[in-house]
Amino acid sequence: MSTGLFVVQVLNGLQFGVLLFLIAAGLTLVFGVMDFINLAHGVQYMLGAYLAVAFYALTGNFLIALVLALAAALVFGLLLEFLVFRHLYDRDHLEQVIATFGIIIFLNQAVKTVWGAAPLTLPIPEIFTGSIVLMPGLLYPVWRLVIIASGLAVGLLLYVLVSHTRVGMLVRAGATNARIVSALGVDIRRLFMIVFGFGTMLAAFAGAMIAPILSVEPGMGDTVLILAFVVIVIGGIGSMRGAFLAALLIGLVDTLGRSFATDILRLVMPPSPARTVGPAIASMLIYVLMALVLYFRPAGLFPVRGR
Amino acid sequence: MADPVLQINDLHKNFGGLVVTDGVTLDIGQGELHAVIGPNGAGKTTLINQISGLIAPTAGTICLNGADVTGLPANKRAEIGLARSFQITSVLPRFSALENVALAVQARVGTSYRFFGRADREQTVNDVASAALAEVGLAGRELTIAAHLSHGEKRALELAIALAMQPKLLLLDEPMAGTGHEESARLIEVLRRLKGRFSMLLVEHDMNAVFALADRISVLTYGRILASGAPDAVRTDPKVVTAYLGEEME
Amino acid sequence: MAQTLAAPNALHVRRANRVGVLPAMIFLVLALAPAGAAFGPESYVLGLFTRVMVFAIAAMALDFICGYGGLVSFGHAAFVGIGAYAVGILGAHGITDMLVSLPAALLLSAIFAYMTGTVCLRTKSVYFIMITLAFGQMAYFIAGSLAPYGGDDGLTVRMRSTLLGFPFLQNDRTFYYFVLLSLFVSYLVLRAIVYSRFGRVFRGARENPTRMATLGFDVFRFQRVGYVIAGAVGGLSGFLLANAAEFVSPAYMSWQRSGELIIMVLFGGIGSLHGAIIGAAAYLLIEELLGGITEQWKLIFGPLLVLVVLFARGGLLGLADTIRGRFGRG
Repeated sequence: MSTGLFVVQVLNGLQFGVLLFLIAAGLTLVFGVMDFINLAHGVQYMLGAYLAVAFYALTGNFLIALVLALAAALVFGLLLEFLVFRHLYDRDHLEQVIATFGIIIFLNQAVKTVWGAAPLTLPIPEIFTGSIVLMPGLLYPVWRLVIIASGLAVGLLLYVLVSHTRVGMLVRAGATNARIVSALGVDIRRLFMIVFGFGTMLAAFAGAMIAPILSVEPGMGDTVLILAFVVIVIGGIGSMRGAFLAALLIGLVDTLGRSFATDILRLVMPPSPARTVGPAIASMLIYVLMALVLYFRPAGLFPVRGR
Repeated sequence: MADPVLQINDLHKNFGGLVVTDGVTLDIGQGELHAVIGPNGAGKTTLINQISGLIAPTAGTICLNGADVTGLPANKRAEIGLARSFQITSVLPRFSALENVALAVQARVGTSYRFFGRADREQTVNDVASAALAEVGLAGRELTIAAHLSHGEKRALELAIALAMQPKLLLLDEPMAGTGHEESARLIEVLRRLKGRFSMLLVEHDMNAVFALADRISVLTYGRILASGAPDAVRTDPKVVTAYLGEEME
Repeated sequence: MAQTLAAPNALHVRRANRVGVLPAMIFLVLALAPAGAAFGPESYVLGLFTRVMVFAIAAMALDFICGYGGLVSFGHAAFVGIGAYAVGILGAHGITDMLVSLPAALLLSAIFAYMTGTVCLRTKSVYFIMITLAFGQMAYFIAGSLAPYGGDDGLTVRMRSTLLGFPFLQNDRTFYYFVLLSLFVSYLVLRAIVYSRFGRVFRGARENPTRMATLGFDVFRFQRVGYVIAGAVGGLSGFLLANAAEFVSPAYMSWQRSGELIIMVLFGGIGSLHGAIIGAAAYLLIEELLGGITEQWKLIFGPLLVLVVLFARGGLLGLADTIRGRFGRG
């Protein structure tokens, strides 16, 4: 395996990780502040992608489509919150799981009805097409670098918001112990709406950004959702820092694992079994990682809740 | 001389920067009823949680009947004779009063890894459970669902559960918490009858109970033992009077 | 904020002491169904009811840990899948005797339950749900990567399990009664366990694990044993599923399947074994009904789920209680 391939896969891993972070960030705060399991977060990601495609078809401009998609996703998310979610905060987790599962079922079918089941795609904006030369003989797609950069920028923005603003402080406090924050007179519902709205937009943003390089199809949010949950469980529910680090870790482990598992195994076993066992181990890797983390730290790496 | 039932040596507990237990040394002899009193926030419940094994101390040792249990999990300590009641009622709300106590008995009699045979029809277990309920005055309330008991009855149930464990040491965390005058008087009588049968560590705010029952009293403030000894000595100790300024000591 | 699982109500506690009329009725209906079906589209009805019973077994196992033990597992389908693959993989090597494949199915599911339970049960509530989900996914991906056994496409089961060489399950009716017997036995066994000494500790651990620990019970161990039992029964369901569908696929272990099992448990009413049977029937029948009306049936089913959660607490049994309460005595 060449250094070049390795570097490419590391960058791919970072890109994947950044994507997971964008989705996990909203999820972990929603969990942390409202103790609400939102399986429907994955469809927000999917909607972001579909809305970007739809608005692009209308306007022909990626940036405008992106902004419109974020706005529409926000409106839709708030609508969902108003109609369904807010009636579930006091219910037990099982019921939240089932209700939000119902929303997934509905929305996966709905996008199929509106846009058809065939995968859709979106062209990369003109200035970001093509690849740049990272090292002699090593080309890497510009758009993927854009995704990494925007993800890191968002991460920085969130960091600044959460640690240096008043609202951010309230969010952190709410994630630690919502009851007390509420008792101190803070309108926890309003705080939550802000957190929720932000999280929704982040997920939609991720979906819109990935649309140019991935197929936009019904159900695309599902696998990503589960990975996002693995991220926040490893990172510690309610912790942004945990979500960021865990997302990058998982992105790297999964990508590098899939690329190099068979090769690494070939060092210790003949090629034929390696080719069977390799992919199997690669798929297991993240879950084994999660099991290990939870075995030693049942509340994740950076647990926040003081319940 | 026989080992003390409970021997705590230089126990410390910090939660981050907060020091809750600050070098507590305490012992309880066989058959003794030892009361621990102190203002709110003194660290009494944390102390009990460390003794019963729900919280791990930062430093120090805890010995039950001479055996070091500091590293032992709560269920193992229950097995060797430690029982406790909780300050905030901690029963099984959807089980009947009888089944709440029966579970405590079941833990002592035979194995619980039995998968057939209805547990609620075991006569021997039920008899022992009924007896414990009768001891605390809940004789007629056996089949009532625990959630439907009055507050005072729930406190009595807490005590019955602890009794049914036939413990060597009984930790009582504010058994009179929130009970009215009559209920308290009744609980005091129950505890008086139990004196001598079990060794007891009684954490209480109710001074009537404390002075009526205690063989020895320790005063806990800011995580340290301020004074310890016979009730009269403690009552007149000037340090204790200062600490309790404004509190009823009669 | 979110509470622990809503309880079987006091009414249910009392019902436990009577011989259930409803469970008896359920088994009676199931026993007589084939006779009734002979007058109509027999193989369709038989097939449908067989599927209902197969999933009912898995749903009962889930209800055992979920409703009675308070352990909400979002990875229960993995056990079903493992049981099914035991049949599939052994079959691919020419071994069809159920005296081999059935114990294999049970054992493999139990082992998976033991190993994943050891990790999962150290976590609580939300973390537990997520980690069971993740382990379910793990099983799903492993099955999908087994190229010699069909990979993502799955594996055909060429013939149903035999007993000492006799292909007695080949006949759909005989198979139906075999499944019914399995359901009945599972029901009796799980019910006995629920009310046994072990079951009482298991149920107590759901309500107040701290209290149980201070009584002397190693809560983790008890929960793990319960989890293994549920896993094994799930494996039984998988064994039957492989035989019923004559096909095994990684999809049997998908998280969507785990979600469907949870829905079945909820539909019937959490904390009731025969409720799980009713829930499985309700789910599959609604699926059949709605699917027959429109291909877009999920557009209706999704919101239906939301409505059930919001308004029909306690599932169908809960609704029955409410109706009985309104029109019965009092």
